[in-house]
Amino acid sequence: MKGKGLGNPLQRQGVQNTIAAVIAILIGMLVGLIVLLFTDASRAGEGMMAILTGGVSDMKNLGQVLYYATPLIMTGLSVGFAKKTGLFNIGAPGQYMMGAFAAVYVGVKWTFLPGGIHCLVAILAACLFGAVWGILPGVLKAWRGINEVITCIMMNYIAMSMSNQLIRSFLYDRAKNQSFRPAASAELPKLGFDTIFVVEGGTPSSVNAGILVAILLAVVIWVILEKTKMGYELKACGFNKDAAKYAGISEKRNIVQAMVISGALAGIGGGLSYLAGAGTGIMVSDTLAQQGFDGIAVALLGMSNPIAIIFTGILMAYLTVGGLAMQSFGFVSQVITIITSVIVYFAAFILFFSQIIAKLSKGKGQKENANADVTTGGGNPPPVDPGKGGEQA
Amino acid sequence: MSGLDLVIFLVQQTMTFAIPLLVVALGGLFAERSGIVNIALDGTMIIGAFAGILFMHMMQVSVTGQGILILSLMVAAVSGVVISLVHAFASINMKADQTISGTAINTFAPAFAIYVARMMVGVQQITFKNDFLIQKVPVLGDIPLIGPMFFQKAYITTYLGIAILVISAVVLYKTRFGLRLRACGEHPQAADSVGINVYKMRYAGTLISGALAGIGGVIFVVPTSVNFNATVSGYGFLALAVLIFGQWKPGRILFAAIFFGFMKTLSVTYANIPVLSNLGWSSDIYKMVPYVATLVVLALTSKKSAAPRAEGIPYDKGER
Repeated sequence: MKGKGLGNPLQRQGVQNTIAAVIAILIGMLVGLIVLLFTDASRAGEGMMAILTGGVSDMKNLGQVLYYATPLIMTGLSVGFAKKTGLFNIGAPGQYMMGAFAAVYVGVKWTFLPGGIHCLVAILAACLFGAVWGILPGVLKAWRGINEVITCIMMNYIAMSMSNQLIRSFLYDRAKNQSFRPAASAELPKLGFDTIFVVEGGTPSSVNAGILVAILLAVVIWVILEKTKMGYELKACGFNKDAAKYAGISEKRNIVQAMVISGALAGIGGGLSYLAGAGTGIMVSDTLAQQGFDGIAVALLGMSNPIAIIFTGILMAYLTVGGLAMQSFGFVSQVITIITSVIVYFAAFILFFSQIIAKLSKGKGQKENANADVTTGGGNPPPVDPGKGGEQA
Repeated sequence: MSGLDLVIFLVQQTMTFAIPLLVVALGGLFAERSGIVNIALDGTMIIGAFAGILFMHMMQVSVTGQGILILSLMVAAVSGVVISLVHAFASINMKADQTISGTAINTFAPAFAIYVARMMVGVQQITFKNDFLIQKVPVLGDIPLIGPMFFQKAYITTYLGIAILVISAVVLYKTRFGLRLRACGEHPQAADSVGINVYKMRYAGTLISGALAGIGGVIFVVPTSVNFNATVSGYGFLALAVLIFGQWKPGRILFAAIFFGFMKTLSVTYANIPVLSNLGWSSDIYKMVPYVATLVVLALTSKKSAAPRAEGIPYDKGER
């Protein structure tokens, strides 16, 4: 199908999805503007400009966009990877928290490690703890047939209390009610970003090597999914598990594998975010990590495509930074969350939008081919309404 | 606290935790039995609690009493229906991935609640006067043992929850509507072929789930707090877990809700229970108890999942 669409870019699935995502974003922005107008019509224009341009208003803010995007890309990859294999990993918040704890533990305690190694070991610890937190839902799903959603929800709350308990036992900074901060040797290298993403005379942005790690891992996940036998088997299970079983693919092994990798990705997200040297430890509180839930939105908006997730993660972070700028005009930060939710909601219509785009582009000729385009959606969700397409052709 | 008092206390506490889970899980049941996965239960609870408590906050300036609570529950139900229309439209008409619009609603709800509360009340927390506790139900409250457990220091919401359970079971299993609804969740093509409007039934299932989740939001907030702060502490997700734990059947859902409610009760009242407090664990360990216990019970008792077969799959007339 990719080959066939070369003549008219509008008939390529990827292009259609991108246009559809842009439509969703535009609708989100429009709703945001309406909310701003309702709040304070006189400053709505300024507020909207702040949202749209806040992320690029200066080099520091641009850096902050990449800094906030780092954990979102990781949790997005986590949810997206599981989704590709037919699992809904709502356990990303728990995996994220366990990863964060492991990284901070190593960062605080294992100061005997030399500079570069210390940071690496801390990230590996985060990866390991996240993976471990993914094992149980995977095993219970594979061997006991228990829906992963319920086990993941339970694991989230266990992670929350577990990490509070572990911090209180080993890393507690009583004065701040949070964990100690990782030693400087465990912090992710800045790679000179602090000299690029800075406004003269101010403190530099917290962006660091973490964003590169996140992008690199997104590419790795893409390669695993698209270019390896393992990825093929995982996707086959997600697409049609009976057919996969018939083809000799072990469903059980695949489920556990997918959950472990998914957990590891979310765990690394937790690690990267607390090794950023932004000056905070892990708060002791009875709330689940929001970054984990945001990962669901990031993954869904990116249609679980690892490369697209890089961009949707950055988009969400861009809105966050724009939201901070918006607040200086007297608007509350929840406006941004409302915009995000509207974008995610309309992202659900991507299929609908891309169908319209396909139909519109079909009108310009190639009538016979266009129908096939809609119905052979490649690795994407099942085709919708061939009945309507048939009427047209 | 004497042994008997302790038992009575534990039963009362268990009901406080279990009833909202029960009502919201039953809401989820209606949606999923019609074939629509409603992961938006948490967001819907928040919207329901928000609308209901805001209404209560405004009305209590002039009026008091149980009437306000009942009206608030109605407001919550209506607001739950409205927000689940959004979910139904995406899931049914747009044939969208049902987890996406659910996630969107879960993201939207707390932000919306905080935003509107700040606009209308000025602060994030919406307070209300909690004068809804019934000290003792006449006659029934005097029955030995049963009286103090279920008919003293209770809220009408407890009885409402039980009533919803009974009505749900009857509607799902004893009426034509229920049979049709379940058919749409199992095999929509077959349902359609005998003249059932699948889209309409799925709308019905989703909207009922919205109403119950909205009500559940108020039921959760009222006995445990005197203000609403744009959160239901993840109870919507727990209700989802209770629904799955309950194998999509009303009776088992009741059991799952009570089991979880009891475990939750143990985890917060352990200091009063000698056996537990003697263990000397930290509060964080006790907090894990309900979740660990649920996992253990699930692992030991699991069998083939009884999920409605067509749940989560958009129905397309053209594909029949």
